[in-house]
Amino acid sequence: MSNFAYIVGVGHFVPDKILTNQDLEQMVDTSDEWITTRTGIKKRHVVQDETCSDLALKASQQALQQAKMDPAELTHIILATFTPDAYVPNGSTVLQTKLGLNQIPCFDINAACTGFLYALELARNICLVNPKAQVLVVASEVLTSRVNFQDRSTCVLFGDAAGAVIVSGQKRENSFQITDVCLKADGSLGPLLSVIGGGSSHPPRLGLSIDEKYFVQMQGQEVFKHAVRSMASICEEILSKNNLSSQDINLFIPHQANIRIIEALAKKLKLPLSNVYVNVQDYGNTSAASIPLAFSEAYQKGKISSGDKVLLVAFGGGFTWGASVLDFIE
Amino acid sequence: MSVEEKVKEIVADQLGVSVDQIKPESKFVEDLGADSLDLTELIMAMEDEFDVEIDDDKAQEIRTVQDAIDFIKANT
Repeated sequence: MSNFAYIVGVGHFVPDKILTNQDLEQMVDTSDEWITTRTGIKKRHVVQDETCSDLALKASQQALQQAKMDPAELTHIILATFTPDAYVPNGSTVLQTKLGLNQIPCFDINAACTGFLYALELARNICLVNPKAQVLVVASEVLTSRVNFQDRSTCVLFGDAAGAVIVSGQKRENSFQITDVCLKADGSLGPLLSVIGGGSSHPPRLGLSIDEKYFVQMQGQEVFKHAVRSMASICEEILSKNNLSSQDINLFIPHQANIRIIEALAKKLKLPLSNVYVNVQDYGNTSAASIPLAFSEAYQKGKISSGDKVLLVAFGGGFTWGASVLDFIE
Repeated sequence: MSVEEKVKEIVADQLGVSVDQIKPESKFVEDLGADSLDLTELIMAMEDEFDVEIDDDKAQEIRTVQDAIDFIKANT
């Protein structure tokens, strides 16, 4: 068994339509000043008629292109999302068809905002067992399909996006070695961040109207507390497990939910903000897509150089949280 | 360092105000310009520093610097 799997391609996609804070001022009782100071978000991209698999397709094509790979070389597709096109068929099979593929196994996983890191760990293990595997890991969310645009405390926070990576058992030029992944969960805190409606605990019934349980519901301040503490502690854990300190990290890519969480986290980890990648101002919280979107954008902007160590960390509903250390090898 | 001094130091650090501005009767929101997330961060910093747990209901009651000092003295 090989020791490492590698990310050999990255890509992302956001829909064209932009919703600014000023647009939201027209929809709910809020203000640009309130949103900016509390969250750091200035705008977010939202779908018009695109679906989760449409965004996933564009991000996947960019990742394949960057890896100089034909879709036919893929051996598995894993889609991280909680907003798939449909319950059945799953989103990854829809994506498979859109990629012009057939036969290869496809599955979705839901770990809310941590979904990408959970999918990355699954892909890494597939490649460690089968070094010939080339796994498409894509995180795609149409969050706005589950956002209550009458709830001013949540509707300003979210956006739609997709990000993708190709995980391979074989190293190539410009690969990210997946040095480690750590994952955690605590189901006892689940009710603090939920989308219940439509599930078997709150099933849809013919003629029954849609209520607020069909949309993201969140105890913001409690989630803030847990997000900062859980992400700080899992970063410390993965760093110490790999004999690293935060000073060894060249680029820190935290889940892009809220600038205040990112700043509190960087402070706890004693990481200078200059080493922290932030794009929450442009996209809002895109859940599972957040990490690969930021990672892909940082890579395309040339923020990652040969030999760099990248630390990824995410936190989301469940609660679930996770971290990963990547080493860029040119 | 006394509880009073430590609390003032935390408040100054979290809210970006100077220690001289902070009086026992200072209200976090009205006098020191804190917003709701600042309050959450303040509570977190005090929990970490004094190794106490301040649940949400209790946190709502802590509105002034003196409230925080009293809570910590009573619970540590």
